[in-house]
Amino acid sequence: MSTSHIRIEGLRKTFPAPRGGTAVTVFDQVWFGIEKGEFVCLIGHSGCGKTTVLNILAGLDESSGGGVIVNGKEITGPSLDRAVIFQHHALLPWLSVLGNIAFAVRSRHPGWDKAKVRAHCQKYIDLVHLSGAELKKPSQLSGGMKQRVGIARALAIEPDILLMDEPFSALDALTRGSLQDELVSICTATQQTSFMITHDIDEAILLADKIVLMSNGPEARVCEIVENTLPKGRTRKDMHRHPHYYPMRNHLLEFLVNRANSFKTELSDPGYDPMHPPVTRPGVGQPAARPVTTGEPLLDAMTAGR
Amino acid sequence: MPLSLGLRAGLLSVVLFIAFIALWHAAVSGTGKVADIDPEYAKLMGASAVTGASAMPGPGDIGVKLWEHLTNPFYDNGPNDKGIGIQLGYSILRVLLGFGLAVVTAIPLGFLIGMSPLFYKALDPYIQILKPISPLAWMPLALYTIKDSNASAIFVIYICSVWPMLLNTAFGVASVRKEWLNVARTLEVGQMRTALSVILPAAAPTIMTGVRISIGIAWLVIVAAEMLVGGTGIGYFVWNEWNNLSITNVIIAILSIGVIGMLLDQALGWLARIVAYQE
Ligand SMILES: Nc1ncnc2c1ncn2[C@@H]1O[C@H](COP(=O)(O)OP(=O)(O)OP(=O)(O)O)[C@@H](O)[C@H]1O
Ligand SMILES: [Mg+2]
Repeated sequence: MSTSHIRIEGLRKTFPAPRGGTAVTVFDQVWFGIEKGEFVCLIGHSGCGKTTVLNILAGLDESSGGGVIVNGKEITGPSLDRAVIFQHHALLPWLSVLGNIAFAVRSRHPGWDKAKVRAHCQKYIDLVHLSGAELKKPSQLSGGMKQRVGIARALAIEPDILLMDEPFSALDALTRGSLQDELVSICTATQQTSFMITHDIDEAILLADKIVLMSNGPEARVCEIVENTLPKGRTRKDMHRHPHYYPMRNHLLEFLVNRANSFKTELSDPGYDPMHPPVTRPGVGQPAARPVTTGEPLLDAMTAGR
Repeated sequence: MPLSLGLRAGLLSVVLFIAFIALWHAAVSGTGKVADIDPEYAKLMGASAVTGASAMPGPGDIGVKLWEHLTNPFYDNGPNDKGIGIQLGYSILRVLLGFGLAVVTAIPLGFLIGMSPLFYKALDPYIQILKPISPLAWMPLALYTIKDSNASAIFVIYICSVWPMLLNTAFGVASVRKEWLNVARTLEVGQMRTALSVILPAAAPTIMTGVRISIGIAWLVIVAAEMLVGGTGIGYFVWNEWNNLSITNVIIAILSIGVIGMLLDQALGWLARIVAYQE
């Protein structure tokens, strides 16, 4: 792990005690790495500290212990090399689609002239299929279109790593699906290193090369790192036919429903080392599991886990 | 076919206007020659006693006088007889000077206060005490220190328009959405550029609300201030015409104060619409 492109090392976050209360350590000893070109998803229950981890990675929040190493250097604050796609798009409402993206491009390339900025923006507007909406204001766009602008704005600065906090959670299933497909094609085409928080197991299986499982807080840890055993090039339409799909899915579901909570007992296992959380490869080296939930509606893992 | 709301409202406005004029006319016009009065006494008392007509001018008198003013608004026959246009011009000039000075101090200062919780807290007690003071209460102090009635009037305008802008700017700047600031932070946008291209446009609608309140108050206060300091201006004009017992001119002055106030507000309303955004 010490050779990873981005390393999260012994990260801890303690929020100071509110008046009359005690300080809470949301997570502690969080270790994992992100390789160059890798897509990593972080899954965990609500409140376990996922957003906090991402904000620390982005440099927007400070850790109480441990640190984040990018390219061998510890980060000290936000950087143009780490672009964030915010959950609620965070577009500047007084700027047009073009204006929002240009704001980012001009920050990255202060020396560029108007025409160059414009051409660069257009490239990314076309990439997220927003051609024709350049001059619209965010309030004139649908939720999906707004999130597309957010994606274009983040990609346009050509960051080292793309950080996403549940970017599609506010969208309807259909829009979410098509945006996931677009994100897959963009990220595979550009070998974009990405880190994404999600609540959606299928989204994680579709997008991630590696899924980091975080236990429930307080003092949450990384329980396990799951390698995606489905082949690259999988699509939303065909991935459920692959024999590894159900083992993956069941493994993640099992984690969210049962293990995230009872992880405290696994912690006491002398084999568990937070610096090197166990790595699992569901479906590999075990008989292909029978699809358990065939025909049934997809269970919402998060509701089931509560 | 039903008429559009705008058209119906317009019609109603016209009807109301005509009804008002008619009532006014009826209320002030006389009933003819009143019984026998000693002719000597009648001569002494003027028309009101003779015809029973009110001393209050009717809409016709106002119309005639208004036409006179409109056709020759800028005459100048010495200090006590200037056209209403000149008087309004003086008032507008004073308001714009005092208000302009307030804009250039209140908005930057408000920015500073809004961006720094330290300043916000430290200056808050002063603002809370200074804000409720009637601007006219400053007048003696201003006259004593500045020793110039014109500058004192401008100072009073300044002091009354500064608070709404200061408070609204500070509030608008302090409540810019954290998300937008985070966008700027992740893009490594410098402080100056963040202030100008994120905080300023984000807070602009709130700032403009303060600016509009300020100009409204300034226009209210200038009339009173000019009544006090005298010399020129629409406030002085009103007081002077009252001393001349020319109610017609007083009414015309009141009307023109209303119209100019409306125009000032609409000009800023137009500016406010330009900086408004929809989330
Ligand atoms: N400023 C703060 N002060 C105190 N506690 C905080 C603060 N911010 C977050 N927390 C706590 O830290 C914990 C983690 O918050 P975080 O937003 O990172 O959770 P999350 O995993 O992203 O949840 P979700 O899935 O609902 O988005 C929560 O229990 C929250 O109550
Ligand atoms: Mg969150």
